[in-house]
Amino acid sequence: MARFAMVIDTALCVGCSDCVVACKTENDVPEGFCRDWIEEEVRGTFPTVQLTIHSSRCNHCSSPPCVSCCPTGASHVHEGGVVLVDHGKCIGCKACIEACPYDARFSHPDGYADKCTFCIHRVEKGLLPACVAVCPTHCMHFGDLDDPESEVTQLVRSRPYHVLTPEAGTQPNVFYLTRGR
Amino acid sequence: MNRRQFLGIGAGALAAAGLTSILGGERARAATLAKSGLRTIPTFCDLCFWKCGAVATLRDGKLWKIEGNPLDPLSRGRLCPRGTGGVGATFDPDRLRRPLLRARVRGEEKWNAVSWDDALGYLALKLEAIKAAHGPESMAMFSHGLGGNFLKHTLKAYGTTNIAAPSFAQCRGPRDVGFRLTFGDDPGSPERTDIANARCLVLIGSHLGENMHNTQVQEFAQAVGSGATIIVVDPRFSVAASKAKHYLPIRPGTDTALLLAWMNVLVTEKLYDAEYVGKYGYGFEPFAASLAEFTPEWAYPETCIAPEIIRETAREMARHRPATLVHPGRHSNWYGHDTQRSRAVALLNALLGSWGRRGGFYVPAQMDLPGYPYPPYPKSTKAKVDNPDQRHPFAYEALTTGIREATITGKPYPIKGWMVYATNLVRALPDERLTLAAIQELDLLAVVDVIPSETAGWADIVLPESTYLERYDDLNVELFREPFIGLRQPVVESPDDQKPNWWIARELALKLGLARYYPWKDIEEYLSTRLEKRGYHLADLKRDGIVLGKKQPIYFEDGAPAEFATPSKKIEFWSSQLQQHADAHPGVKGFDPVPRYEPPEPCPSGAYRLLFGRAPVHSFGRTQTNPILHDVMPENELWLNAGEASRLGLRSGDRVKLRNQEGIESLPILLKATERIRADCVFMVHGFGHTAKGLTRAFHKGASDVQLLTRIKVDPLMGGTGLNDNFVSVVPV
Amino acid sequence: MTVLELTSNRHNPGIDPLLNAWGWEIAVYLFLGGLVAGSLILGGYRVLKSPRRQAGESYPWGPLLGVLLLSLGMGALFLDLGHKLSVGRLYLTFQPTSPMSWGAWILLLVYPAMLAAALLYPPERVPFGNAPLARVRAWSEWVHARPRLVQGIGIANLAGGAALGLYTGVLLGTLGARPLWNSAILGPLFLISGMSTAAAVLHLLSMVGANAKQDSFGDLLLSGLVRLLNKDTGKSSMVRYDQSFMTIELALIGLWMIGLLTSTTAHRAAAALLLSGAWAPQFWSLVVLTGLVAPLVLQHFEFIGRIRHTVIPPLLVLFGGFFLRFIVVGAGQGSHW
Ligand SMILES: Nc1nc2c(c(=O)[nH]1)N[C@H]1C(S)=C(S)[C@@H](COP(=O)(O)OP(=O)(O)OC[C@H]3O[C@@H](n4cnc5c(=O)[nH]c(N)nc54)[C@H](O)[C@@H]3O)O[C@H]1N2
Ligand SMILES: Nc1nc2c(c(=O)[nH]1)N[C@H]1C(S)=C(S)[C@@H](COP(=O)(O)OP(=O)(O)OC[C@H]3O[C@@H](n4cnc5c(=O)[nH]c(N)nc54)[C@H](O)[C@@H]3O)O[C@H]1N2
Ligand code: SF4
Ligand code: SF4
Ligand code: SF4
Ligand code: SF4
Ligand code: SF4
Ligand SMILES: [Mo]
Repeated sequence: MARFAMVIDTALCVGCSDCVVACKTENDVPEGFCRDWIEEEVRGTFPTVQLTIHSSRCNHCSSPPCVSCCPTGASHVHEGGVVLVDHGKCIGCKACIEACPYDARFSHPDGYADKCTFCIHRVEKGLLPACVAVCPTHCMHFGDLDDPESEVTQLVRSRPYHVLTPEAGTQPNVFYLTRGR
Repeated sequence: MNRRQFLGIGAGALAAAGLTSILGGERARAATLAKSGLRTIPTFCDLCFWKCGAVATLRDGKLWKIEGNPLDPLSRGRLCPRGTGGVGATFDPDRLRRPLLRARVRGEEKWNAVSWDDALGYLALKLEAIKAAHGPESMAMFSHGLGGNFLKHTLKAYGTTNIAAPSFAQCRGPRDVGFRLTFGDDPGSPERTDIANARCLVLIGSHLGENMHNTQVQEFAQAVGSGATIIVVDPRFSVAASKAKHYLPIRPGTDTALLLAWMNVLVTEKLYDAEYVGKYGYGFEPFAASLAEFTPEWAYPETCIAPEIIRETAREMARHRPATLVHPGRHSNWYGHDTQRSRAVALLNALLGSWGRRGGFYVPAQMDLPGYPYPPYPKSTKAKVDNPDQRHPFAYEALTTGIREATITGKPYPIKGWMVYATNLVRALPDERLTLAAIQELDLLAVVDVIPSETAGWADIVLPESTYLERYDDLNVELFREPFIGLRQPVVESPDDQKPNWWIARELALKLGLARYYPWKDIEEYLSTRLEKRGYHLADLKRDGIVLGKKQPIYFEDGAPAEFATPSKKIEFWSSQLQQHADAHPGVKGFDPVPRYEPPEPCPSGAYRLLFGRAPVHSFGRTQTNPILHDVMPENELWLNAGEASRLGLRSGDRVKLRNQEGIESLPILLKATERIRADCVFMVHGFGHTAKGLTRAFHKGASDVQLLTRIKVDPLMGGTGLNDNFVSVVPV
Repeated sequence: MTVLELTSNRHNPGIDPLLNAWGWEIAVYLFLGGLVAGSLILGGYRVLKSPRRQAGESYPWGPLLGVLLLSLGMGALFLDLGHKLSVGRLYLTFQPTSPMSWGAWILLLVYPAMLAAALLYPPERVPFGNAPLARVRAWSEWVHARPRLVQGIGIANLAGGAALGLYTGVLLGTLGARPLWNSAILGPLFLISGMSTAAAVLHLLSMVGANAKQDSFGDLLLSGLVRLLNKDTGKSSMVRYDQSFMTIELALIGLWMIGLLTSTTAHRAAAALLLSGAWAPQFWSLVVLTGLVAPLVLQHFEFIGRIRHTVIPPLLVLFGGFFLRFIVVGAGQGSHW
């Protein structure tokens, strides 16, 4: 089995939201909704300020509470560890929305729970996810952590990183590189 | 199924496939796409003036998405967020759909839809009337961007000489003049900045990452990634500042003091590139002597930047020269003496030896593709109106604000008609009141736009253009690292009765009896004629979107010609042109042959200096109705220092109004109380606060800076409008 | 350094700026589910204790009221579903890790238990058509002839009630993303609260019945259980039951808060939401004071005879029971890591 992961170098990210826009067009995300988004954290006092920018989305957790709570099996773990929602099976009970510590899911206007798919439809064709492929700063990387040769494996091996809210215990597969300056 | 089967290709190559989309890969991809009901058509983006090569994808005949064209050196296969969201322009429900004639009063935004024939017939009649009564020069044209080429051609054929764009007097004019005075050439657009190879990058206000000029942002990330030293000078802690080793929180308007102090350090500590200066420089000695008084200690009280920081950063720049790039900026109309500041930027680069060098400013290349062989335009006996008596002697392009002034005063001769293409003058020129006053003097205001902008709202006739995804445009013959020609071609059809600019321009010309200026029948014929002259084929461009020329050396060290089109044929540390002017007009201020510091207007107490800039997902005021981009950023915010906010009892999320020094109030705007800005200024993103009723999605969302910019400082050298000398108080609502 | 400014451009309806995916529908469902669970437990107890109908008693209306209320609750739940047409999907699968899946099946099992309990106590007459009643009575006799079956029905009611009552709390408790819900106490708390609201309903019914004329429809509604309990423990028994449920409930709320307050920062912040934060006014006034302390005090004075016995305390208990669910659902969604 592959284990797909995203590695994001926050030191390069400029918070331009291109990843958000690309996801919207690629995945026909309805107006008013988004599968990925940008978070900014500002620490310090002017002018000694630190700004951290994250592009966020579903973390495709290895221990996904959104899957375990789903009463219908609509939320499931696809090959490669990708957490997906089977729209046809979903009853729209929103338990998974409540279960996700990252608030990564939302109710699609058509009723089902929706979220980032890691662009599995592209990945299966050998393409990068739309958000990764568009990023003008090349700060996002995507690949298979089970492949020791892959770029993502190399990156998490060679660089310090963190995941978001590790204390929630979901074992996210989106990794953020931290650069010491 | 094992992992490798599942991936279809080696997992290691997965990332590479997307990252370095190779030619062959792209072609193969297009083939697989066709099988799945998908079709791709290359074109280039028009969400801003960078003109990135793009590939649009249709799904079952309908426009789906647009991505970067991997063959294009500007986009390198990746568009910026505005470009990516560009498809939204085609299904924007607020679009203009049919030609509109004003129903009653100007500005009432009440219309009658008419046929193109009637609309253009009316327009031709009005143009003839103006010509008969006042001469064709009394018809002025404003046009921004490549799309206006054909309409400009028609109006030049008709006889007008007064054609201007906001890209000079409101945008990069001071920078280009400052650089031309120094190097004999300007940084151009796209800028000839070799950011990718810079070892030290100095950004003075240039807020890359928010300013999304695509290649620059990509290269900026490359520079950051490769560990280049970034120095950012900005009163606001910009995104770029967050990547910087040195962030210099300068007092607004004092950059020239900092630049002079930096140069003082380089010269007194002999850190500059003496060889380069010796070889290419002119007037270095008097220039160096003029710097003596501008010590870091002198600059400190002006700039609020400590002398040791000024010295440290100057030494850092010197350490990496010539791969130290002091970015020239772009929107440089700040304080009304901006040409001199830009000259100081140019001179600092000259001291570092970066002009023409790797990691500095490269020497761009362009394909040799002549224009279409048209008959000559009629000769005019009247001088252009925008710059009477050459009062701004270095304005080498027409001044929008000069035409506006002439329209109001009727001097040196009356301006009775405005043809406006792809510029929202009411929002692009400072002091809306003057623009509206000028409009009152007109017999004809014709606007060609894609959405019902504020300016269209005041028009007598509004012509709906097809969006860039629905039309051909003129070729993009780019000046860049490597020469290339880009093609814009229609990807989908216009949904209603919109027409492309070339069609409008041609039909209008025919109605005006100017058929001889249109020897071609349609745009493909025009494009082919131009291309075939040099052995290129439209079919190739339609397939690939781009033809690349031969790479040429772009650095002096690699053999690029080190030529300087200045009077001395050298880099002018002492400007002979400015000296000449100062000699000819003793007593005129601002023409010093070496830059001097002029302090900004002091900030009145209780008020904040109003600063503005870009947000990555929007272009000026043109994208706020785009459904996709609006979704990501529906309104702008007012950045106010957190300490000031709490002093005023305000919190993030409160709605406030701004009141400027003349008591003019803005629309309500959300407050962003933040540690990311100095306490003496506020900041907002330009382009919001629309008041045109037809822009339903954007109407009254956020506030507009333009209304508040009523004190304009004009650059004496080139007539640019300094916009950063306006002060506002923050009023809760 | 602490974070000073946090901004996000996510804008998903129901999620931002504050999670609000579950609204009043879920609160109503949890409340009615809890109430019915309580009545199932009390009813099951009654079946085991006294499988036969007492003279003049019209017991079946209790379980039937339960069927009605549970259906209303499920109606509310259904209203909340985004993809209503797929609701059948719940019963095409069983997901062992999903309390919701458990709940779906529990709901399905609880209905027959309640109907069987009703069958044990057929009324002597009904205000409308008596013909089918004879057949019902025959079935009832058939069941009564099999004591093991009767016992089974009693146990099914007890167990079904416990499962239903616990699951509503466990459902929230397993949603670890919401620290406020992150407590094993939520199950017992909702169970006890359900029993307290069920007792309150019976209490109300008994009072309505006591004030009504014999043979009136009000009397028919009167629960046999009330009679039973009255007989067993005397006049003020309902008050006593209420008092003890509420005391336990208060203690559980206290334990829940203590548990959160002694846990991680996120859990402490979650407890603070209720105790001193955005939800504190509602929590203290509607749940603690109005729903628990006030009825406790009032009933105490009723019990010692200082004030008149009124419908007010049980009404307050029901009110408090609903707002407990409403506030736990609301505040829980406001708590985050
Ligand atoms: N206050 C203030 N003023 C400024 C600036 C600022 O930051 N603040 N920035 C200055 C700068 S740097 C610049 S470059 C200028 C920019 O000034 P403008 O180029 O005038 O910018 P916009 O306001 O976006 O107006 C562009 C108009 O073109 C229309 N348009 C877009 N696409 C098409 C098309 O395909 N065809 C046609 N016919 N029309 C189209 C849009 O709908 C819009 O009405 O503004 C300058 N003025
Ligand atoms: N997303 C997006 N990108 C764009 C555009 C767009 O519309 N949208 N427009 C494009 C165009 S045409 C242009 S001209 C450029 C403009 O973009 P730039 O040339 O990069 O920037 P400016 O608009 O000149 O300046 C804005 C920045 O200068 C800072 N600033 C203000 N006053 C001072 C000062 O006194 N000193 C210093 N050192 N800094 C100061 C502000 O805080 C802000 O960060 O952007 C281009 N890129
Ligand atoms: S596209 Fe890249 S740089 Fe832009 S916000 Fe997303 S991750 Fe950051
Ligand atoms: S991020 Fe949320 S939605 Fe995604 S797998 Fe983890 S818990 Fe599930
Ligand atoms: S909303 Fe859909 S995917 Fe989510 S838990 Fe309910 S059924 Fe499963
Ligand atoms: S991986 Fe695909 S679905 Fe997920 S955020 Fe990126 S573009 Fe959207
Ligand atoms: S920079 Fe962005 S908006 Fe401008 S042309 Fe390129 S992709 Fe389009
Ligand atoms: Mo500009």
